[in-house]
Amino acid sequence: MLKRIPVSSLIGLIFTALFLIVAVFAPFLAPYGNGQIVGGVWEPMSAQYWLGTDNLGRDLLSRMIYGARITIFISVAATALSFTMGSVLGFAAAVIGGWFETLMSRLVDLLMAIPTLIFGLVILSVLPTTIPVLIMVMGILDSTRVYRLSRAVAADINVMDFVEAAKLRGEGTGWIIFREILPNALSPLVSELGLRFIYAVLFLSALSFLGLGVQPPDADWGGMVKENKEGIVFGIPAALIPAAAIAALAISVNLVADWILNRTSSLKGGRG
Amino acid sequence: MASAVHHVDTPPRPKPEDLLLDIRNLKIEARVYPPGETPRDVTIVDGVSLTLARGKVLGLIGESGAGKSTIGLSAMAYGRGGVRITGGEVILNGRDILKTGKDGVRKLRGAEVCYVAQSAAAAFNPAHRLMDQVVEAAILHGSATRAEAEQRAKHLFRKLSLPNPDTIGDRYPHQVSGGQLQRVMTAMALCSEPDLIVFDEPTTALDVTTQIDVLAAIKDAIRDTGVAALYITHDLAVVAQVSDEIMVLRHGKLVEWGGTRQIIKEPRQEYTNALVSVHHIEHEEHAPTANPILSARNITAAYGGGPIKVLKNVSVDIFPGQTLAVVGESGSGKSTLARAITGLLPPEQGSITFAGRTLSNALKDRSRDDLRELQMIYQMADVAMNPRQTVGTIIGRPLEFYFGIKGRERDQRVAELLDKIEMGKGFVDRYPAELSGGQKQRVCIARALAAKPKLIICDEVTSALDPLVAHGILELLLGLQKDENVAYLFITHDLATVKSIADSIAVMYRGEVVRYGPKSRVLTPPFDAYTDLLLSSVPEMEIGWLEKAIKGRRMESAGN
Repeated sequence: MLKRIPVSSLIGLIFTALFLIVAVFAPFLAPYGNGQIVGGVWEPMSAQYWLGTDNLGRDLLSRMIYGARITIFISVAATALSFTMGSVLGFAAAVIGGWFETLMSRLVDLLMAIPTLIFGLVILSVLPTTIPVLIMVMGILDSTRVYRLSRAVAADINVMDFVEAAKLRGEGTGWIIFREILPNALSPLVSELGLRFIYAVLFLSALSFLGLGVQPPDADWGGMVKENKEGIVFGIPAALIPAAAIAALAISVNLVADWILNRTSSLKGGRG
Repeated sequence: MASAVHHVDTPPRPKPEDLLLDIRNLKIEARVYPPGETPRDVTIVDGVSLTLARGKVLGLIGESGAGKSTIGLSAMAYGRGGVRITGGEVILNGRDILKTGKDGVRKLRGAEVCYVAQSAAAAFNPAHRLMDQVVEAAILHGSATRAEAEQRAKHLFRKLSLPNPDTIGDRYPHQVSGGQLQRVMTAMALCSEPDLIVFDEPTTALDVTTQIDVLAAIKDAIRDTGVAALYITHDLAVVAQVSDEIMVLRHGKLVEWGGTRQIIKEPRQEYTNALVSVHHIEHEEHAPTANPILSARNITAAYGGGPIKVLKNVSVDIFPGQTLAVVGESGSGKSTLARAITGLLPPEQGSITFAGRTLSNALKDRSRDDLRELQMIYQMADVAMNPRQTVGTIIGRPLEFYFGIKGRERDQRVAELLDKIEMGKGFVDRYPAELSGGQKQRVCIARALAAKPKLIICDEVTSALDPLVAHGILELLLGLQKDENVAYLFITHDLATVKSIADSIAVMYRGEVVRYGPKSRVLTPPFDAYTDLLLSSVPEMEIGWLEKAIKGRRMESAGN
């Protein structure tokens, strides 16, 4: 079965898996502690410090490894929240219709009318910036996009004869949403999932860069770009490494999402 | 029957000066991309040869997948959707058009050869007036000035008996009916005075009552202009009316080719014989019993509470183990009646009694038993089944849902049901996309049967199927009726189907039941005007039927 995976998806899979392993096993992989000061400020790459040290003299490789853990955990949690909430509400709106749909849709319009980043900044400057709050805010703001997509997809499926047949059989809303509509809405949702995960990474990075995301001494990759940004002037690459990691994660996750999309859009259960 | 070396008698070749189209050993292939496998080429048309003389009409007939449209389009050197012409010659007016290149083909299409598509509504550009589209090809090819072309178009509108021939060209496509649009398209094809027209199922999407007008118009226009035609259809009775010769195709190969009379009267091949003799199901009519299983009384219904009533005071009875056929053209309210009975469209007035109890009007107020005993089968089987569920899940769900049967017992019952629909338990793990059209409809029947219903509503269940497949489905339905004593409400526009399966008939016209009773009485004269029109519009496999039918009509069809 591995033979049938195209090269691009294979690359995506390998890198995504690599990032995940690094995130999960961070404490075992990192040569030094997360906040441990080990050397001088912005030391160059060497056998001792593979990626050099950062603006406070901490080992950059160790920071990157712990950063992967924080970045991926928050983004995954936020994406999971936005997808569960957005798709369930979106499907329910399409199936139930009436006042429920109107209420939900206008509420989403209201949320979407305000630029996400500004809205996030306002809320996070009022609420305490802890990780659960961060996840909640990111998840809820992102779920508006998922809601829109799922409602539109479900509205198309909801008028098909097989859904009508299920309604005539007397099936409840739960069966119709999860057994009739969801499997047929998966393809667009999965491709959206990859995209939204990356938006979550970028959103988190932006928040951290602006100082409202993950708080020191912990840092996600966006925060590390911020910490080391002054070094760029002196030709020190410490800020570019986390930036490159963000880009690499974005691309590899999307390669995987593309592959899953291709597999799930087959109507023969992916067995050809 | 159809072996690689089998010899087919062909009609004599036309004289060289009469020869218009000469297709030799045509081979057409397409590349298919099965998911997860390497792409491979499939042969759609395999070594078909034909000749067509000037002014003659050749009917191409066969089931879906026979390659008839593909052959028709090859006369314009065109392959639809990635289809490639990989072998053979298409000689039109003395030259091989497959070798003329892009410019040559551009000069040919719309000038020497024109095309009439099945769905006129999809073929016209909704943003332009009809006249602009009708004269476009003639002007583009420089065969006429705008004024001449419009003159010719109006003349053709008149010949095709379109209403207001002088002004109809000013309308937009959505402002004329489907039957009129099909005739405008024929005018468009004739306007640039081509040598050959390819008609691709031009009347298939029309009501029978409209089809007859369009057929007559096309036939007259062909005769008067002396144009030659390839007439593609799956309906032998239709092609018998318009063509001089008929070619029967199957799986991209020639089965039989001969004069129209020979093909329909003395078919030489077994397959042709099967096509000709379709639709002879003997069905003994049952008399109404004392207690109807379902009785709809004075149903009036409208969509969205609007002022236009789609059903007006409709009353029908269905008796246990019998079939009530509801017939009428599109827009007559037949499907709406089904929606009202199932509760999808709660009627505004009237009541429905089912198995001795009064049904609530709205679906959500009905008990589970009411839902179980009243099942429905849809016209389009492929959208009536969830494409992500296997056949086992589709058939097994009603068993779980209504009877709570699970696990091995459920699998057992699913296997029994698959046997009943003559498919066998090997299909349990298949997805709908892995079934043929007829098999899909059978699975839908099994799903309905799984609920042990007392009444099944069949909404045009055979309309989307090839005649031979449809025949099998009807026989299956009748057999099941005998075994299970289930009643059918059979909605159809096809009177031949009605004759073979109904016990009683309701004829609907514009939301009202205009004729109702046991089959024998409904189909015995004297008829009311609409029933007469409906009955006389069903094409019969008989040469000269069209002229006789047109002459004998008492009323204009609604689509005209």
